[in-house]
Amino acid sequence: MYERIREKLGILADAAKYDVSCSSSGSNRKNENKGIGDAEGTGICHTYTEDGRCVSLLKILLTNHCIFDCAFCVSRRSNDIKRAAFTVEEVVELTMNFYRRNYIEGLFLSSGIFKNADYTMERLVRIVKKLREEERFNGYIHLKTIPGASEELLHEAGLYADRMSINLEMPTERGLKLLAPEKSHAEVEKPLDYIQNSITKFESEKALIKSVPKFVPAGQSTQIVVGATPESDKEILYTANTFYQNFSLKRVYYSGYIPISYDARLPIIGSQPPLIRENRLYQADWLMRFYGFKVQEILNDLHPNLDADVDPKLSWALRNLDQFPVDINTGDYHMILRVPGIGVASALKIVQARKFGRLYENHLRKLGIAFRRARHFIRYADSPMQLKDYEAGHIKGVILAESKSKYQANPHNQLSLF
Amino acid sequence: MELYIFDGSLEGLLTAVFECYQRKSQVVKLVSEAHYVPDVFDAGHRVVSDFEKGKRVWKGLCHKLDKEWQLRFYKSFLSEQPEIFQHLLQFARYIIDQPAGASENFAHPDVLAISQMAQKVHREKHRMEAFVRFQKTADGIYYAHIEPDFDVLPLLPEHFQNRYADQRWIIYDLKRSYGLYYDLDKTEEIDLDTAPQMSIVNALPADLLDSKEELYSLLWQDYFKTTNIPARKNMRLHVRHVPRRYWKYLSEKQG
Repeated sequence: MYERIREKLGILADAAKYDVSCSSSGSNRKNENKGIGDAEGTGICHTYTEDGRCVSLLKILLTNHCIFDCAFCVSRRSNDIKRAAFTVEEVVELTMNFYRRNYIEGLFLSSGIFKNADYTMERLVRIVKKLREEERFNGYIHLKTIPGASEELLHEAGLYADRMSINLEMPTERGLKLLAPEKSHAEVEKPLDYIQNSITKFESEKALIKSVPKFVPAGQSTQIVVGATPESDKEILYTANTFYQNFSLKRVYYSGYIPISYDARLPIIGSQPPLIRENRLYQADWLMRFYGFKVQEILNDLHPNLDADVDPKLSWALRNLDQFPVDINTGDYHMILRVPGIGVASALKIVQARKFGRLYENHLRKLGIAFRRARHFIRYADSPMQLKDYEAGHIKGVILAESKSKYQANPHNQLSLF
Repeated sequence: MELYIFDGSLEGLLTAVFECYQRKSQVVKLVSEAHYVPDVFDAGHRVVSDFEKGKRVWKGLCHKLDKEWQLRFYKSFLSEQPEIFQHLLQFARYIIDQPAGASENFAHPDVLAISQMAQKVHREKHRMEAFVRFQKTADGIYYAHIEPDFDVLPLLPEHFQNRYADQRWIIYDLKRSYGLYYDLDKTEEIDLDTAPQMSIVNALPADLLDSKEELYSLLWQDYFKTTNIPARKNMRLHVRHVPRRYWKYLSEKQG
């Protein structure tokens, strides 16, 4: 009797897994009604799959029936695969029972588009409404915005969801048109804009009236597929940057394309997903969001792509050696933050600790900075005398020789012949 | 140097700090009863835990430490590591002797030791919040047992109580033989007479379980497998996030 539901979950979880967002943080929904669940504060990764990705939410499609035929998508109309659909009750039961056993932080619900946008969106809204109102569920809900859905439905969805997202899919309009002629970036921007405006409106009302309900408290995010079309890293990050600025997005996710089709426009099945490139893009994204870098500093016409062999922070430092060394004991916090091997937490500890006395090498090592990497770019109380300035190529060579990259010559999921 | 021996309790540790000042001791070495090896030449001073003395020291510390540092002090204590008692004593004396704000001096060995140990304990607490897997029993209680590296149970009630306000649950520490029980109203410490053993199949016997329990643990195992992308397989990253010693907690790793 379990077979039917097991098969459905198999199909609809498999189809949902290419959406990489798994964040369950940033909401402020407290359990105030003695109900079930609490989505306040930091998220929790309840487990990790064997590909090393976090599992925080039950990530499923309502159905993988779809009227569209986007070449990069596993649920595309022309793909010959098994189709299934959950009922509203099934999704609610699964979510509640997983949540009560502490398997998950909440639900990530998406769907293929059946009939039309509003019909699909209306079903999604019905599920989240039932969870919130009948089950008194206060856990995290990430709901996909269906492109083309009416503003009334988006508004209603926003009252129940913690986060909403809609994917750009390809970094440029040109790339999207190539693989999904029926779609455009404009139809992504419209709902992003509508929901962002509503968030701002609710927030300003909340300042005056305490009882204003929550509206998408964890904000919006989007996803860009990397490596399906030939855009440069610069085009990808500039698009991300524009969307961060124009729609106050909480996150842009970069998803290395996993070949799932024999379509001649796409990388063939069996080719390696661009995992290093994806990792470098995330590192660059972090530099923009937490380290005060402008996107133009990381990538520009001279450097349109990120280095594969070193991370973008080191790469920037090597291109800008004139700004180093930074004196740990007197340097500006923002400059210390830019030193390769020093993260946000260490930079804060450094500026706090140096008020009590000068910092020496042993202090820095104990504080937890990556000293062997950082030492080329800093001065401290007992730095060795240095007679000449080293050039970038030399420093890069030393750092690469001392560190073992997590990326081996052969990807570790590829069997070796010898 | 003077040797202080205390009973291993937080109250005892704070009393020891008090007595450093009362007895005008200079350099003090603090060990707990459990780790004390009697010495022929040095009888040592036995600290008798005293609620009033402990309270005065704690109040003094709270004047100079913000909420986060107060919690760090407590978390480090819960690590149960013998060397941390010495750091806590020295840290407390350092904070009391210096003007407020001294806890920001991360170059000071005791400040650094406490902040790093508190972080370790915090991570273990967070792992328990992530890796606890409840099983629903036939009488409707959600049950899980754990064997954490540090004594983190006292840090858990708030999180689980806020989250599972409408279900009864038990989290039991098999290593330290006590647990938490939430009865829909409050969380209390409990002892179980016959606690189950932590085993490779970390599960209660089937006859104790709710009839739907098998279905949901199966569905969870299915979900865990399907949501993986084989083309991205990366076991090193997997094991870094879920170290092997925690696999016994995780029903999805048993299938």
